[in-house]
Amino acid sequence: MDWQTLATDLFPQGHAITEQDQFLSGSAQVDGATVAVIGTTGHAPIGIEIALAQAQAVLATVREHPGRPIVMLVDTQGQRLRHRDEMLGINSYMAHLGKCVDLARRRGHKIVALVYDQALSGGFITSGLMADTCHALPAATIRVMGLPAMARITKVPEEVLTELARSNPVFAPGPENYLRMGGIESIWDGSLAEQLAQALRAPAGADVRAELGRQRGGRKLAQPIIQAILGGHDVQAA
Amino acid sequence: MNNSSSYQEASARERLLQLVDAGSFEELIGPAQRVVSPHLGQLNAPVAFDDGVAIGRARLDGMPIFVAAQEGGFMGGAVGEVHGAKLTGLLRRALDERPQAVVLLIESGGVRLHEANAGLIAVAEVMRAVLDARAAGIPVIALVGGANGAFGGMGIVARCTNAVIMSEEARLSMSGPEVIETANGVEEFDSRDRALVWRTTGGKHRYLMGDCQAIVPDAIGAFRAAAIEAIARQSAPELTLQALEQEQAMLTDRIARYGALPDPADIWTEMGMPDAANIAMLDIAPFKAAAAGRRAGGQ
Repeated sequence: MDWQTLATDLFPQGHAITEQDQFLSGSAQVDGATVAVIGTTGHAPIGIEIALAQAQAVLATVREHPGRPIVMLVDTQGQRLRHRDEMLGINSYMAHLGKCVDLARRRGHKIVALVYDQALSGGFITSGLMADTCHALPAATIRVMGLPAMARITKVPEEVLTELARSNPVFAPGPENYLRMGGIESIWDGSLAEQLAQALRAPAGADVRAELGRQRGGRKLAQPIIQAILGGHDVQAA
Repeated sequence: MNNSSSYQEASARERLLQLVDAGSFEELIGPAQRVVSPHLGQLNAPVAFDDGVAIGRARLDGMPIFVAAQEGGFMGGAVGEVHGAKLTGLLRRALDERPQAVVLLIESGGVRLHEANAGLIAVAEVMRAVLDARAAGIPVIALVGGANGAFGGMGIVARCTNAVIMSEEARLSMSGPEVIETANGVEEFDSRDRALVWRTTGGKHRYLMGDCQAIVPDAIGAFRAAAIEAIARQSAPELTLQALEQEQAMLTDRIARYGALPDPADIWTEMGMPDAANIAMLDIAPFKAAAAGRRAGGQ
């Protein structure tokens, strides 16, 4: 999906978003208030420059517009796979972005992410997955890597993975699987503007993804384990 | 304690037990509880009774700490649903119990592909939990010295902590060389060129770049001493706007100064390191002496 169409649907009250080298930034109007918009487009590979540009935009929002909500628009093929990125410490750039989003949250910025096209692995973990809540469009693709590559690395035959992907949310790409596991808060269908406004109105809270995964049946053990550690008791199977 | 056993060659539990004060480790959700991965069985992959990570309370030089150690021998230390939940649970419990620090002995390839989607969310939860602990004023220290290094999501998690301690043999990065070679060819990154892999991801390079705060010889006692020192240095573990603006400036400056250079050795020369071609041969003490005043500061 191209970001201009998305922005028109999301922000009928108007926006001033610009694209530069697959990096999106600007502001928009939601519910009569201004929000900051930060994101990527064109299945951007997240290299050190675009990670740094996103971090800079988050820090600028915190500094210049205290409390302004941040909307993150996610479309990435994952981290850029280049020697130069590794040499310059891409994990530090990714961590920096994650830390900036986290700082914004702690200073009272509501952060809502939307996967509007692709989300993969390293590009996703420090953007959409660091938001207060992450949502997705029904046609979005969310995954760690494709099944053929996964088959090669895990040495599990691709047919077996394909079969498992039908019934098991762990292996299949797609927002509904991430929804069941609690990684995605909701899938937006219908009026995007209304759902964004609603997400921005919801109070920010602690990380409840493991509990959502338990309730929705996609990750049955994570929350019981966390609870057992917190309560000092044995793990109570879900 | 003067423990010169190799950190790299030890198992996760050996490292952990020798790192902390003798007899002080008290494990949570230990292997006797047999909380194993719910996903590996259907792939006919072996399970581990601790899912590849030991977590618990201990003392370090008398200080109450929480500690976790990832076992590289089980699926490369990769993070699955159970493994990740143990780390997240430990970090969240730290908010209640307020140990003096949480020490993470990281050895991991990142997300466990056998549990793909669940592993990805689990790593994101660990990241949030590390930053929650820091925000609550509890320092988190990462030790990286295992043969599998710290890659993928755990390479990111390491850089979310207050301090990273590495040995020179250790590796810290994002995508493994094999992954990059598979995606973009051997000319992009020759994963069999051991020296290049070491120059690009190894402890000395990371120390010079400011991606790790301490470098030690490959000995459990050296990691212990460095961890004690790192904890003592964290008077204000939480992230601030000022600290992140400094990090932004450091990372921006790094691209400006070194972004056009082809090889880590060129970066070391540009930094003014004497005899950059022979950095690999230097012992830790003379290396640190040469690096002083030249390496980039990290927060």
